Amino acid sequence: MAAVESTRSRFFNKVAILIVLILTVIYLIPLYWIGSTAFKPRAAATTVPPTVFYKPEVTPFVKLFTKRVQLRKAVSEDKYEQAKWYEKLVYDAGERIITRSPFLNRFWNSIIIACVSTFLALTLGTFTAYGFSRFKVKGENDWLFFILSTRMLPPVVVAIPIFLMFRRIGLVDTHLGLILLYTALNLSFCVWLMKGFIDEIPIEYEEAALVDGYTRFEAFWKIVLPQSATGIAATAVFSFITAWNEYAFALMMTNRKAQTAPPFIPSQLGSGMIDWTTIAAGTFIFLFPVAIFTFLLRKHLLRGVTFGAIRK
Amino acid sequence: MTATAATVRRGLSDLAIRNMFVIPTIVFLILINIFPLFYSLILSFADYSAVSAKPPDWIGIQNYRELLRDPHVWESLYITLKYVIISVSGQLVVGFGVALLLNRSIPGKGTITTLLLLPMMMSMAIVGLFWKLLYSPSWGIINYLLGLQNFVWISNADVALLAIAITDIWMWSPFVMLLSLAGLSAIPKHLYEAAAIDRASRWFTFRRITLPLVTPLLLIAVIFRTMEAFKTFDLAFIMTGGGPGTATELIAIKLYNMAFPQWQTGKSCALAYILLIMIIGISNIYIKYLNKAKER
Repeated sequence: MAAVESTRSRFFNKVAILIVLILTVIYLIPLYWIGSTAFKPRAAATTVPPTVFYKPEVTPFVKLFTKRVQLRKAVSEDKYEQAKWYEKLVYDAGERIITRSPFLNRFWNSIIIACVSTFLALTLGTFTAYGFSRFKVKGENDWLFFILSTRMLPPVVVAIPIFLMFRRIGLVDTHLGLILLYTALNLSFCVWLMKGFIDEIPIEYEEAALVDGYTRFEAFWKIVLPQSATGIAATAVFSFITAWNEYAFALMMTNRKAQTAPPFIPSQLGSGMIDWTTIAAGTFIFLFPVAIFTFLLRKHLLRGVTFGAIRK
Repeated sequence: MTATAATVRRGLSDLAIRNMFVIPTIVFLILINIFPLFYSLILSFADYSAVSAKPPDWIGIQNYRELLRDPHVWESLYITLKYVIISVSGQLVVGFGVALLLNRSIPGKGTITTLLLLPMMMSMAIVGLFWKLLYSPSWGIINYLLGLQNFVWISNADVALLAIAITDIWMWSPFVMLLSLAGLSAIPKHLYEAAAIDRASRWFTFRRITLPLVTPLLLIAVIFRTMEAFKTFDLAFIMTGGGPGTATELIAIKLYNMAFPQWQTGKSCALAYILLIMIIGISNIYIKYLNKAKER
C-alpha cells in the first residue's frame, strides 16, 4: 500500500514539475516577445502569423536614438559608401538621419533622477533606521506607522497640491522637483528596510566599541555601516528600481526638460516616424537593467516587497 | 577638567544623535507629503481652478455634496471595485496555485522563481505599453496563440477592463506567489508526516494544515494587492486612458482627468480626499497585519 502511495506521489510530483515548466514558458512569452520585437525588421513586427524566425538587426535601436526623414530618392553610391554603419542601416530602411532624438536625453534624466533620489533617501533612511533601531523613541510604532503610511498615498492624490506648490516655487519640470518627490517616495521604504537589516546586527559590537572609547557616531560609522553593507546595497537597488519605474509623478510634474523615460516612451507611439520595433527597442533598453537587478536582488525580494517585515 | 567631566563620553550624547538621525526624515516627509495634503484639504472647500486668474471662491462642503451625488463618480467607483475583485482574485488563484506547484524540489528552482518574479519588478507604464502590442487585434501574439481572429481587446468596452486586469494579474501574481512560497516553506515537515501516518487525504491535509498556516501571509498579499489595485493609475492610463467611453475609467483616472485636463482643482481636491480616506482605511488594516506577521 505504502509503495503504491509513493509511486503515485512521485508521479504527481513529476506532473507538477512539468506544469511548472510549461507555465514558466507561457509566463515569459510577453517578455520574450518584446525583446524579440526590438530586433525585428519593421515589416516583420506586424505580420500575420507572427514572425518567430528572422534575421535580427539593430535598426530599431538606431531609429530610437535618431530623428529621421523619409528619403525622396535613393542615396548616391558614393554617399552610401562614406556613411557610417548606423547611417547605412537607416538608408536601407529608406530614411535619412537629421539629428539625435530626445530619447537619450530622457534616458539620462531617468538615470540622474533615480541615482540622486536613491542616494538621498538611502542616506536619510539609514540614519533614521539606526535611530529607531538603537534608541528609545517615544511612540516609536506610531512614528514608523506614519512613515510607512506616506508610502501608501496614491500619487494622483498628492500630485494636485504638489503641482500647485511646485508651480509657485518654480519646480515644475525640473530635475530637483522629481528628485524631491522620489526621495520622499523611497524614504519610508529605506527606513523600514534598513531598520530590519540594522536590527539583525548584534548590539554587543557597538557596546564593545563604545567601551573602547568610540563616540556613538564613530560606532555607527565604523561598525554598523560596514556590517549592514549588504542591506544597504539591496535597499539601494530597490529604491533605484522604484524611482526608475515611476510614471504618475513624472507624467504630471514634467513635460520636456526633466521628463524621464516612462512617460516619454509611450508618448512616442503614433508620432510620425516611430513604429512598434522602435518602441520595443526603447522598452528593451529600459527593462534590461531592471531584469539584471532582479537577479542580483533575488535573495532579498521577499524582504523588499514587504518593507522588511518578512525575512524568511 | 574635573574628574566627572573626564568620565563623560566623547562626542554627542545619544539623545542628540537620535534627534539628529530621526528628525530630518520626519520633517522631510511632513513637508513633502503632509503639508500638501493640508493645502488640498483647504482647497477642497473652494470653487477654484488652478489655470484661471479667479481667486478661490469658498463654498463650504458643496464640492463634496456634488461629488457624492454625481452618478459618474459612483460609476467610477463601481468600475474600480469590479477591477479590484477581478484582478486580486486572479492574482490569488494564479499566485497561490503556482506556489503550490513550486513548493517541491525542482531542478533550477531558484532560477525559475526569479524568472517568474521579473514582471512585478518592471514599470507598470512600460508593461502596459507592451501589452498593448500583445493585444493588437490583427497581428497581436495573444489573439494568434488563443486562435481568436481579430478579436478586439483594448478598444472594446466589454472586455477592456478585463484586458487591463489580465495584464495586472500577469504582473502581480508573482507577488502573491512569493509570499505564498515563504509561507509554505515555513510549514514544519513533521505536520505532513503526522498526517501521512494518519492516512489523511490530500485534500484534508491541504485544508487543515497547509491553508491555515499560509493564511496570514496570503492575507498580507491580498490586502496589499487590494490597496494597489484600488489605486491603479499607470497601467489603465497607458492601456486605455479610461476608454472606450468611460468603460475603464478607474477612480484614479477620473481624479486625474478632473484635476489636470479639466483643471477643476477645488473639486478634484475633494475627490482626492474621499479617496484618501478609503486608502487610509485599507492601509491601516495592511500595516496592522504586517506588524502581526513581524511579531511571529
